[in-house]
Amino acid sequence: MADSILDVRDIHKSFGALKASDGITLDLKPGEIHALIGPNGAGKSTLIKQIAGGLNPDSGSVHFMGRDVSTMSVAARARLGLARTFQISALAMGYTVLENAVLGAVGETGSVFRFFKPAMKDADLLGRAYAALDRVGLRDQAGVITSELSHGQRRQLEVAVALTLAPKAFLMDEPMAGMGAEGSKELTTFLQDLKHEAPILLVEHDMDAVFALADRISVLVYGKIIATGSVADIRANADVRTAYLGEEDAA
Amino acid sequence: MSTLLLIEQVLNGLQFGVMLFLMAAGLTLIFGVMGLINLAHGSLYMIGAFAAAAVAGWTGSFVLALMASLMAAALFGALIELTVIRRLYARDHLDQVLATFALILIFSEATRWTFGSFPLFLDTPDWLSGTVMLPGGIQYSLYRLAIIIIGLIVAAGLFLLISKTRVGMRIRAGENDREMIGALGVDISVLYTMVFALGAALAGLSGALVGAIQSVEVGMGEPVLILAFVVIVIGGIGSIKGALAGAILVGLTDTLGRTVLPVVFSTFMEASAATSVGSALASMLIYILMAGVLIFKPTGLFGSA
Amino acid sequence: MIAERHLNAIILAILVVIPAYAVIADEPFTITLATKAVILALAGVGLNFALGQGGLVSFGHAAYFGIGGYAMGILASHAQSYTPLMEVPFVIEGTNSMPVIWLVAVISGGLLALLIGALSLRTQGVYFIMVTLAFGQMLYYFAISWPAYGGEDGLSIYVRNQFPGLNTLVPIQFFGLCFAILLIVLFIVNRLNKSPFGLALMGAHQNEERAKTVGIDVYKMRLVAFAISGAITALAGALFADLNRFVSPVMFDWHTSGQIMVFIILGGVARLFGPIVGASLYILLEHFLGGVSEYWQIYLGAILFFMVLFAKGGIIGRLSKKEQTHGG
Repeated sequence: MADSILDVRDIHKSFGALKASDGITLDLKPGEIHALIGPNGAGKSTLIKQIAGGLNPDSGSVHFMGRDVSTMSVAARARLGLARTFQISALAMGYTVLENAVLGAVGETGSVFRFFKPAMKDADLLGRAYAALDRVGLRDQAGVITSELSHGQRRQLEVAVALTLAPKAFLMDEPMAGMGAEGSKELTTFLQDLKHEAPILLVEHDMDAVFALADRISVLVYGKIIATGSVADIRANADVRTAYLGEEDAA
Repeated sequence: MSTLLLIEQVLNGLQFGVMLFLMAAGLTLIFGVMGLINLAHGSLYMIGAFAAAAVAGWTGSFVLALMASLMAAALFGALIELTVIRRLYARDHLDQVLATFALILIFSEATRWTFGSFPLFLDTPDWLSGTVMLPGGIQYSLYRLAIIIIGLIVAAGLFLLISKTRVGMRIRAGENDREMIGALGVDISVLYTMVFALGAALAGLSGALVGAIQSVEVGMGEPVLILAFVVIVIGGIGSIKGALAGAILVGLTDTLGRTVLPVVFSTFMEASAATSVGSALASMLIYILMAGVLIFKPTGLFGSA
Repeated sequence: MIAERHLNAIILAILVVIPAYAVIADEPFTITLATKAVILALAGVGLNFALGQGGLVSFGHAAYFGIGGYAMGILASHAQSYTPLMEVPFVIEGTNSMPVIWLVAVISGGLLALLIGALSLRTQGVYFIMVTLAFGQMLYYFAISWPAYGGEDGLSIYVRNQFPGLNTLVPIQFFGLCFAILLIVLFIVNRLNKSPFGLALMGAHQNEERAKTVGIDVYKMRLVAFAISGAITALAGALFADLNRFVSPVMFDWHTSGQIMVFIILGGVARLFGPIVGASLYILLEHFLGGVSEYWQIYLGAILFFMVLFAKGGIIGRLSKKEQTHGG
């Protein structure tokens, strides 16, 4: 376990009688995409909040880069290099694409408390922002107001902002959601490349994408991980078929 | 300080708290159900007091005056809800604050225009004046005691209304999920008008009851409005239980602070300095209480995250 | 529709031309009105930084306006009576030097905002509005019940404080001083808006989750913004007290908080020059409507109400298209 970038150890979280996280243990190793799947209400969002920050587990711990980050704020974890993308785009909608990317660079360089030099004339910040936009192919849209982007482009921008953080690990919440087949395919290729830079914990509903992308899959049902393994393991696992895939069909 | 005086002050604090509750309950209900912050709630308090003073002067009946305060404030509340307030539900809090601040300016000036700048007086009726002997040999103002009792009855009524009746069920549903209640076929705009009028009536009643202790004048609702905000911050927004607890806490803290602090300070300071330091500090006490709540429980004593 | 830059230039020109004309026409009262507009605009610029850029709807900026006023009142009253402010543990004398008074006002306003902000920023949304309102009112009651500096009656200062090289009692000279301060503060605020700090502050206003996710400590950032905002409004308070040569608890009153907010709404939220247009319009309304009717605030209320419901963006928003703060 020592070589894990992200290490979730036996976390528990209850809301009243509901056990949203019931002893979850999972890890993320360098160079892998670890997909987390599970039916609605399985406790994925609760788990993500405990990993990214904003919700403290009742017991258990989250280690990132060898440090216990269980009680750190979202911002502190981000500064350590934990980059996150959201299920519903969390971007500054009134800003241009470039401004959003520069915002990421401001966070990464710790230059929030610089008060005088214009941010949009700072070569370092702009360089980081453009480099990230280049990688997701949004440079041509740099001057566009974010609210005018298509759904897929917002997804790309989310990834670009995450890239400006020079992250050590990615936490991606349904990056494929709402993307067309073409976009999904492009993103799949992109993520396969990206994982060598920093591993990805991927929460995804799109089963085809998960099976195509993931090196490992963990299945979360009612707050518990019922199985972790390779794509082949998970496909073959009887528990998963009844508990998860069966439910999915019924839904 | 004598025990008797202290008990009297506790009762005064309770009376003050109960008045604040009538204000805060309406505010918190309106916020909880419609998501609206209404600064003009203090104007409804004022309208209730003026209506009571006018009707009392006209008929000489205190009971009629109280009924008038309820009716006038409820009518006014319903009227502004129908014409103005409902345009604000979908707006952000800044817009709500500004628009209702504008309403205050309009109502205050209009009241000044109608009734003049001189305060009116509302007399307590004969059958409620004088004092009453409480167990333990305490003489206490009958009128203030009546206010406490009325306030507690209203509180109990509100709890019953919300927990037991169909309207209350709709109110609770409205708090949790506006779309669901719409889907249930309840006419949500009627519900909103009713809730707003109910909150207004409580404010008006409160204004009338206090009007008989103090004077009835333009702007009388504003200090009470801000205290009601303090109550809501302490109790937790949207919670009637929180409003009651917060109101009693604020009422007691303020009243006792004003009595006790100067005495405490006089034990180690000379008398005049003790009075001024004590009373200056006492005027800040409830805000310090609020600060304490913010430090330890930012969502209020009964609030959820 | 004209560019916001050009509109701003026109606004500044009007603010210079009117007092200049008043000097020629020998109408000192007009200069005083213009001075008042400039000072109130400055108070609005302070609030606008927190409210417009930061999204922090403070309904308690009277606290900073008032503390600036009392910084002037207390220092000048001691200078006026030749009694030291305090003697233990060391002597602090009063002063009638404006730069010293401004410095004290800015520091005390900033510190007070730091304290109130640290508590208020633990809450959000409607709580934040109520809490800032309540803390403002706390200072109001404190000012009323603290007898040392006039209590409810306030404090009169008989001679205007001094600024090296100027005769501040000459209306146009005092106007020039206030106008210069406004320009300097506008320059600073404009730079702040464009800086990484401003980018992050407005970014967090648009999407708080986003700012946190890129590693920005939103609470700390907003606290700093709130302190800057309070400091600017406190500076305006000191000037306002000097204009009237009088301070009273009314400066702490919540109507004052509401007024400062009204300037911003009339002019345009988050527009650099919004408070200037708003405060000037307010002064005009007060002067002309106040002349027509004793109950002029009814009309003010109606105008405000109309602006909120139907003219979001204020006057500047009506006249010019929004420019990208950070673009170009």
